[in-house]
Order: sequence, then structure tokens, then C-alpha cells
Amino acid sequence: MMVMRWQLAYPETVIPFLGYLFGEAGIMLPEQYNSLGAMHGTIMIFLGVVPLAVGAFGNYVVPLQIGAPDMAFPKLNAASYWSYFVGGVIMVASFFMPEGAARSGWTSYPPLSIFESGQTMWLIGMVFLITSSLLGSMNFITTIIQLRAPGLTWMRLPIFVWAQFVSSFLLVLAFPPLEAAAILQLMDRIASTSFFMPSGLVYAGAPVDVSGYGSPLLWQHLFWFLAHPEVYVLILPAMGIVGEILANNTRKPIWGYKSIVFALVILGFLSFIVWAHHMFLTGMGQVMSSFFQTTTMIISIPSVIILTAYFMSLWGGSIRFNTPMLFALAFLPMFGIGGLTGLPLGLAAADIYLHDTYYVIGHFHYVVAPGTLFALFAGIYYWFPKITGRKMNEALGKLHFWPSLIFMNGVFMPMFIQGLAGVSRRLYDGGEMYAHASDVLQWNEFMSISAFCLGAAQIPFIINFFMSIFVGEKADRNPWKSTTVEWAAPSPPIGHGNFDTKIIVHREAYEYGVPDAKNDFTPQTEET
Amino acid sequence: MSDHDTVSIQEHIRVYLTVFGALAVLTVTTVLASYLDISTSEAIFLALVIASVKGSLVAGYFMHLISEKATITWILMMTALFFFVLMFLPLMSITDQVNI
Amino acid sequence: MEIPYIVDEREDTGLINSKLGIWIFLASEVMLFGGLFSAYVFLRMAAPPGDFAHWGAELNVPLATLNTLVLITSSVTMVMSWASLKLKDFEKYKIYMALTLLCAAIFLVVKYFEYTAKFHHDIFPSSSTFMAIYFTLTGLHGLHIIGGMIVITYLWMPFGNKIWHTNPEHFTNRVEVIGLYWHFVDLVWIFLFPVLYLI
Repeated sequence: MMVMRWQLAYPETVIPFLGYLFGEAGIMLPEQYNSLGAMHGTIMIFLGVVPLAVGAFGNYVVPLQIGAPDMAFPKLNAASYWSYFVGGVIMVASFFMPEGAARSGWTSYPPLSIFESGQTMWLIGMVFLITSSLLGSMNFITTIIQLRAPGLTWMRLPIFVWAQFVSSFLLVLAFPPLEAAAILQLMDRIASTSFFMPSGLVYAGAPVDVSGYGSPLLWQHLFWFLAHPEVYVLILPAMGIVGEILANNTRKPIWGYKSIVFALVILGFLSFIVWAHHMFLTGMGQVMSSFFQTTTMIISIPSVIILTAYFMSLWGGSIRFNTPMLFALAFLPMFGIGGLTGLPLGLAAADIYLHDTYYVIGHFHYVVAPGTLFALFAGIYYWFPKITGRKMNEALGKLHFWPSLIFMNGVFMPMFIQGLAGVSRRLYDGGEMYAHASDVLQWNEFMSISAFCLGAAQIPFIINFFMSIFVGEKADRNPWKSTTVEWAAPSPPIGHGNFDTKIIVHREAYEYGVPDAKNDFTPQTEET
Repeated sequence: MSDHDTVSIQEHIRVYLTVFGALAVLTVTTVLASYLDISTSEAIFLALVIASVKGSLVAGYFMHLISEKATITWILMMTALFFFVLMFLPLMSITDQVNI
Repeated sequence: MEIPYIVDEREDTGLINSKLGIWIFLASEVMLFGGLFSAYVFLRMAAPPGDFAHWGAELNVPLATLNTLVLITSSVTMVMSWASLKLKDFEKYKIYMALTLLCAAIFLVVKYFEYTAKFHHDIFPSSSTFMAIYFTLTGLHGLHIIGGMIVITYLWMPFGNKIWHTNPEHFTNRVEVIGLYWHFVDLVWIFLFPVLYLI
């Protein structure tokens, strides 16, 4: 990532420190930039955010929050992890293969992806990663339906559990079509079939020897059938984490719990019928375009409901500005920017201009980097005491938060400017060869320096994380004075079975500041 | 299904054998029907109807879906919905295309 | 604390964990084959009229009819083996499971002859889009058969079924779960057969 930013800011120069890995005399070749771009997307989404948000947080927190001793299928869980591990190894190993890593973008559009080398490893890796996600999600759904503690009815579930529940369904139902598409593409590459190869294709000056009648459009349909719900898989757990932390640190019940839950479910349903807004430029007619731009506009409504409910929760709360809360608060406007900048992309007319520009990159990164990533940081700071029995350092946490917030915007805000000027994405020289880009090219250096600073801003976090495991302030069971069930377990929870007492739930998830109550919070497990 | 007594299991077995007979007959029917002199779309329709009947028999009786709990029915209904979305929305992009 | 609802049903859902789990797995399988069927319809509509039917005529309908009957039989023997366990008749269970395994093996052998006959006539997945989807769909279905055979063999072997003697209900549930999977594989074939061979 850093190397890519160096390349964009200073094309045709020697890459510092890591130059020996690249081309001749340390100057990056275009195809190497393409590999880095494709693998950046793949690794961040399928090896980074999904395993962290769904795999790690989900696995640890969901059973605790529903008062279960473990996931429903522990062995399946292990299988899911090892499948992920193998997929990850294949992906990383592809860099060191003679063919190199995949270089057709994370979207792998054919026919390009059929001709370019390195794609086979990518496809095999993806099959493993998909399998891992499928096994994991089956486990989540079964766990949430079957292992809720007595008294924990659906409308008493914490929002994070709801978010995981919906995203698991998205994974179970949307991932298999991509697996099917990956199999078809693998056949195209290995058995020289022509699922995605149209007739009369000419490559490198010669007609391609395939039977033809295939359709590149088919790949795009199957791919985006997954990849759009996938975006919601990236954001829903983040929304869940933010909800937990907001309720806890405003010391009042979350505003509109039921609307948030219904919005989450509706978001999940709608995310299956918006995918072709990624494909407005494939020559589809007006019926298709209008249908998908309408559904895209509709899906923004539940997202806005959730965000509004979160903002309303802040009203009149006695807010504690600790590190997890800062990250959760920053999530709100950052995700807001990411979401609102998506609206022009969802309208077919505006998309014709903005398609495949840096504007899209800016929009997407605002959703997942300062959005999801900040929520994940918030979650780490918030649940760290539960996992290790020690709190993380507040001063270092704030030293991590403020520079991260500033430089995060420094990296991604100028992308909107470049994109509106028409600079395309995936250019290995950052657009230097195009005249229309020359007015906005100076931002490249600014963004790159911001990115290096953003990297440096993570140093306090890394120090804080490892230091706190050993010397952090000791935490009791419930250091944040929270209501949800996971804080009834010892910190850290006991190895087999999590809880040392029998868990029975008596009330709703967020009873903070209830008038006439003993404390300003009433845990779900407390009897009336 | 844990408290089924012997009698009702034997009842089940009779049902299984009946379904088996029906499936075999339908298989032969669909093969014979494919030799009928009808148009392609009619042939497709007929073959899919027979396949759906066979599929429903397997799902309903062998997989006990006919007496299954509501949770599972709900999950499958949702799956069926998205299955049809996946089948038919991409097709629209073939019929609805901008021709240049 | 043990994980609850492995053998006993949860009160409000009326389900055990494994049954819910396998149904969610089958839901994802529906979407996997759904993606491929969707690709089939998409490509058939994109191909010139009659192209799919023309290539489809190359396939061997009598052999496929035989295979359909074999697979339906295996589904019946599978459900009978489960019913035998319900009747506490372990010996009958073993016979029915062995029959299921035998049917699966016959299916694969027939499939092998179909494939090699195609290769002898110089028909490969790359010959046409129809052949490509034919080999992909039946190949993936064949992999599912092999996967099922591995589990059935495991449940048939003494080290796989020793749990019958300590916890018969748990073992019966396992057989029911693999049975659900097996019927689903049968169900996929019921749709593959007309779609590929007959129309």
C-alpha cells in the first residue's frame, strides 16, 4: 500500500528500502503496480476486514453476548479458520510464483483476467476463502438461533449480534454464486472453455481460439451479486460495534432500538437487488438502469435510519470521551461522508461521468477505512479488557486516534477532487500521462505523505496493544459499567464455557440511566 | 422426530416406497415426453414441471420438509426468493440492452 | 458447560443444532448451483438459437436415465437406513448404507463411461459452451457425490459408528443429517437431468 502511494506520488523513481523487490533498478513496472492494486483489494477485503470483523470479533463476542458456552459447532469453526489460513497462504504465495500475483483488479473482469497470468492462484485462493466464510456464517446463524441464553429473546439481543446475524445470511446466500463464477473462470483458464469469452475476440493481434458465445457480462453479474452484499458484510458489524459503544458511553438506552434492528434486516434484504449499479456502463437498457438506481436510492434509507438513530442517541447523554468512544464518534461523520458520496454513483446519469474515477475509490475507502476500520479499532479498545483482563492505555489511545483521524482524511478527501476532475483509477503513474489530470496531480504527493503519516500514527497503537497485554491497568469483570451479557463473564472468560455462573436474561439490552434504578446501568442478567 | 413409535416409522417406510415408485414413473415419463413432437418452449416447460414435481417429492418426503419446523421453512423461503432474483435479473440484461 | 441442543431439541425452535446447520449449508448449496443454473440460462439465451439443443443431442439419454434411477434408489436406501436406526435395527442400517454406497459407485462408473465416450469422439469442455457447462455442472455434482460417499463410508465403518453403542440418538441424528445432504445431491440431479439431456 505504502509502495503504491510512493509510486503514485513519484512515478518512475526508485522505490526506497524495498526497491530490490521491483523491476529494473528498483523502478516499479506497470504490471507490478497492477498486481499490487489487485492484491491490495483482495487482501484487505477477504483477508483483512471480513476475517477481523466477522471472524474474529464475531467469534469472540457473539457467544459471550448471547450467554453461550461456545459456538454451536467448534470443529466447524476450526475448519473455517484453517480454510482461511490455506486461502491466505495461497494468496500471499502467489507473489512469489514465477507467474506473479493476479493483476486484473480485485474484480477480475474477463476477458482480461483470462489472459493475464497469476489469476489461477487467485481463483484457487478465493475458493478456500469463500469456503471459510461459508462455514463460519453457518456456524454464526446456528449459534444465534439455538444458543441464546434463557430469556434472551430476539428483541433483547444486542445490536452487534443482530448485525452479525444479518451479515452471516448475506455471506451464506451471496458467496456461493461467486464460488460458481470462480469455478467457471477457472474452467476458462484451465480447460479453455468460453463461459466469459465472446466470439470473435482478438488478443495481441491474433484471433483467440475459443468456441465463443460466452459473455463477459455474466461474470459481472455473478461477481457483483456477491460483491455488493459483501460491502454490507464489511459495514454491518462495524455499525454493530459502534452501537454497543455509543449506548455504553452515552449512558442512555440506544435511541430507536427497534428501528435500528428492522433497518439492519431490510438493509440485508435490499443489498441483494442493487448489484447492477456497478454495471451502468455495460450497455444495459433503461428498464434495468431505472430498476437498479431506484433500489439503490431505496437502500440508502435504512442506512440513514441507523445513522440518525445513532446521532439521536448522543442527544442528552452524559458522554464519556474515552478512546473507544472517540473512534465510534468519528465513525459517524466518516461513514456519513462515505455513504452520501455514494448517492451520485448510484444514479445512472451521474455514474457515466464518475465511473472508474478516483471518486469511486474515495467513496469506497471512506466507507471501509475511516468507517469500518475506525469501528474495528473502537471494538479492540472496548473489548480488550474482556479478552486480556487489562485495559489499554488511554493517553496512547488518544495519541493514536487524533493523528489517524486527520491523516485518514488527508489520504482520501483529495481523491474526490481528483475523481471529479476525471482522473481514472488503476493508473500506474497516477494519471501523469493525461493532460486533463495535470491540474490535480499535485494532490498525489499530498495524499502519499498523508498515507505515510497515517502509517506512522499506528505506531502508538501497536506499542499500546502489546504493552497493555502485560502491564496494562487491571480490569474487573465490567470495567465500562456495561449492561450486555458478555460483561457478566470473568475477564478473560474461562476457557471452556465462558461463564462461571448460569446466565438468565431478564431485560432489554441497553438499560442505562433508568429512573429509580439502583445504578445508572442495569445489567441484562440482573433480576428484577 | 425422537418420540416416534414403531408403527409410525413403518407408516413412513410405506410412504417412502410410494414416493420411490412415483419418482421412477416420472423419470420414465419425462424421458418419453422428450420424444414428443412439440415446440421447444413447450418441451422445456413440460420437463421443468415434471422435474419440479419430482424435486418437491424428494424435498417434501425424503427430507421431511412437509413437516419441518418454521425456522427452516423461513430460511428456505428466503433462499428461494434470492435464487429467483439470481436467475431472472441477469436475464433482463440480455433482453434489455442498448444497441449501438 | 457443555454445548446444549446437540441431542435434545431447543424448546422454542424445536430443532437440534446440526439439523439447522445442515439446512443453512443446503441453502448455500442452492445458491451455488443456482449461480451455475443462472449461467446456463444466460448462456443459452446468448447463444444462437438451437446451438444448445444441437450439442445436447450428443449426450447419451439412456445412460443418464439409468443413472437417474440409480440415484433415486440410493436416496430411498438412505432414508431406509435412517428409518432402520429409528427402529433400532442396526444390522439393517448397515445393509441399507452399503446399498447406498453401491448405488453411488454405480453412478460414478456410468458417469466415467459417459465422459470417456465423449473424449473418444473428441468432445471436450472447450468444444462448445454447452459442453463446457455440461462438464462443469456434472463434474461439480460428481464431486458432491464423492464427498457424500466419504461421509457415508465413515458412518458405515466401525470407528465411525461406535457412537451408536453409547449414544444411539446422537448417531441417528448424524445419519439424518448426511441423509439430508444426500437427498439434496439427488435433487440437484433431478434438475440437471432434464436441463442437460432432454431440452
